[in-house]
Amino acid sequence: MAFQSKEMAKAYWRENLTLMLWLSVIWFIVSYGCGILFVEQLNAIKLGGFKLGFWFAQQGSIYTFVALTFIYAKKMGDLDRKYGVDDDA
Amino acid sequence: MELQTLTYIVVGFTFAIYIGIAIWARAGSTKDFYVAGGGVHPVANGMATAADWMSAASFISMAGLIAYMGYGGSVFLMGWTGGFVLLAMFLAPYLRKYGKFTVPEFIGDRFYSRTARIVAVVCLIICSVTYVIGQMKGVGVAFSRFLEVSYEVGLLVGMAIVFVYAVVGGMKGITYTQIAQYCVLILAYTIPAFFISFNLTGNPLPQLGLGSTISGTDVYLLDRLDQVITELGFADYTNNVRGSTLNMFVYTLSLMIGTAGLPHVIIRFFTVPKVKDARTSAGWALVFIAILYTTAPAVAAMARLNLHNTIAPPSAEQNLAYEERPQWFKNWEKTGLLEFEDKNGDGRIQYTASAETNEMVKVDRDIMVLANPEIAKLPNWVIALVAAGGLAAALSTAAGLLLAIASAISHDLLKGVLMPDISEKAELRASRIAMAGAIGFAGYLGFNPPDFAAGTVALAFGLAASSIFPVLMMGIFNRRINKEGAIAGMIAGIGVTLFYVFQHKGIMFVASTAFLGDMPANWFFGIEPNAFGAVGAVVNFAVAFAVSAVTKAPPAEVQELVEHIRVPVGVSAAQDH
Repeated sequence: MAFQSKEMAKAYWRENLTLMLWLSVIWFIVSYGCGILFVEQLNAIKLGGFKLGFWFAQQGSIYTFVALTFIYAKKMGDLDRKYGVDDDA
Repeated sequence: MELQTLTYIVVGFTFAIYIGIAIWARAGSTKDFYVAGGGVHPVANGMATAADWMSAASFISMAGLIAYMGYGGSVFLMGWTGGFVLLAMFLAPYLRKYGKFTVPEFIGDRFYSRTARIVAVVCLIICSVTYVIGQMKGVGVAFSRFLEVSYEVGLLVGMAIVFVYAVVGGMKGITYTQIAQYCVLILAYTIPAFFISFNLTGNPLPQLGLGSTISGTDVYLLDRLDQVITELGFADYTNNVRGSTLNMFVYTLSLMIGTAGLPHVIIRFFTVPKVKDARTSAGWALVFIAILYTTAPAVAAMARLNLHNTIAPPSAEQNLAYEERPQWFKNWEKTGLLEFEDKNGDGRIQYTASAETNEMVKVDRDIMVLANPEIAKLPNWVIALVAAGGLAAALSTAAGLLLAIASAISHDLLKGVLMPDISEKAELRASRIAMAGAIGFAGYLGFNPPDFAAGTVALAFGLAASSIFPVLMMGIFNRRINKEGAIAGMIAGIGVTLFYVFQHKGIMFVASTAFLGDMPANWFFGIEPNAFGAVGAVVNFAVAFAVSAVTKAPPAEVQELVEHIRVPVGVSAAQDH
């Protein structure tokens, strides 16, 4: 274990889980929320020729997924460096 | 030049490129491409993963299904992309840190049990074979069209070519060949989409064209489509829910967690040099996949609109006369995948939603993408390119899956468990027999596939979702899950899913053996069989937790292993795959 202490290891894992939780919430909202559960309500709004709920289901959610994976990679890289456990050595 | 000749030339040329790269890559040291050079760059790996991932289901089948499902088809779009978020966050970095060779190997080690490994191998084989059935449908459709033969003959030719490709191959394992395949398939998908979008809306970007007005009018394309198809009696496009909201929810979830549980995708993340590369690789793979997946809904809507406009031009007030049908119509009739029956004897084609008056008695959804550029009257070279792209997609994934099946049987099952002393030669022979057997079996079922290509592949995802994904998650995130829990969970998850699928689709997908008809009235809470994997996954989790709670905790060294994979530092060298 490369951590200086057990507490550090715990803190690292907790921060990791918090990050995952937040990103999963966004993941859930754009796809299951906007694309499925609240699609009817959102369809009342128009985005050009798209009904908004339809747009989320067939376009918007996919763009968000791409952004989420890169945000995760970036944030985890920062976290690894903060705790000195990145594998760049 | 004639279309047929041009198609042969373009397809032949792309195959020459793949084979050429394979030979060139072998001539140098294979190791250079994987390990010694520090592994494969995340962008390159992402592209290769995208080629591996996007099969006949994504390329040939999906947009055709969406064309007829409308909004309901969103389950495929969200399901097959959203899974990569899960893969990137929950699985890829940790499995890369663990650094072993195959998914069953991880399961066998983490759950300190050969039985767990065998159960994982069996689950993997069931998912992969189902997946190959879907590919065979796509391959059969593609070959029947380009050789202008019936679907059955096309399927036989396809089986032979897949066999040669997979057995002579090893070819598929070469990252640079897959990058070439990605380039061919993405160009083949997007170029016709640019043309069609530009012709219809004046905006060449299909992602924007889908939300634009039709050229020369101020009517939005989607509004026009809704109007055209509802006038014919079809359900409207933009609001057409698939079954129920619950069904769409479960279906999407099933595809997402299936994505994160499919061994042939996970395995790609073992080839990157570092844990942080595993994270970015998943991101890049998703970028390259998203290019196709955001184009697909535009292809779907525009293909549907063009099809109806061709058969019943709105300006002429008249349906197309059967005698004047275009060449593509005749060609697809030869395959038996498109059928016309002149019910009212007026010599014109009526295409409606009513079973009594509709004369387009068969329009196989899987022909839509391939027929699309012809319907839109695009130049021949574009049509030929689409053919090459469809074959690249189908062959690369089919070969990849067959290799996964072969290695599961020969490496994990025979060498790993049953016959540890097996010679290398015998292992190779076993893997060839396994591949031939899988092609024969999947091809045989391909004559009467349980669903359209993408639907069959969705079943495979459901099976992966119910078996592999939950144990991987629990293996990484919960120290307390023991071997008894994992084994019981996998068996319960895949068992429940298989039972549900078989009761509606037939035992081993032979439709005549279904003991409950495949119709919404028979579905559990209205959940269709393709979507049931998510329910199986819940069962898997529940059983695993319950059984683990009443049995002995895993040994200390296994709990240490779980701690170890949670931290990126100290990673072992990349594996050669």
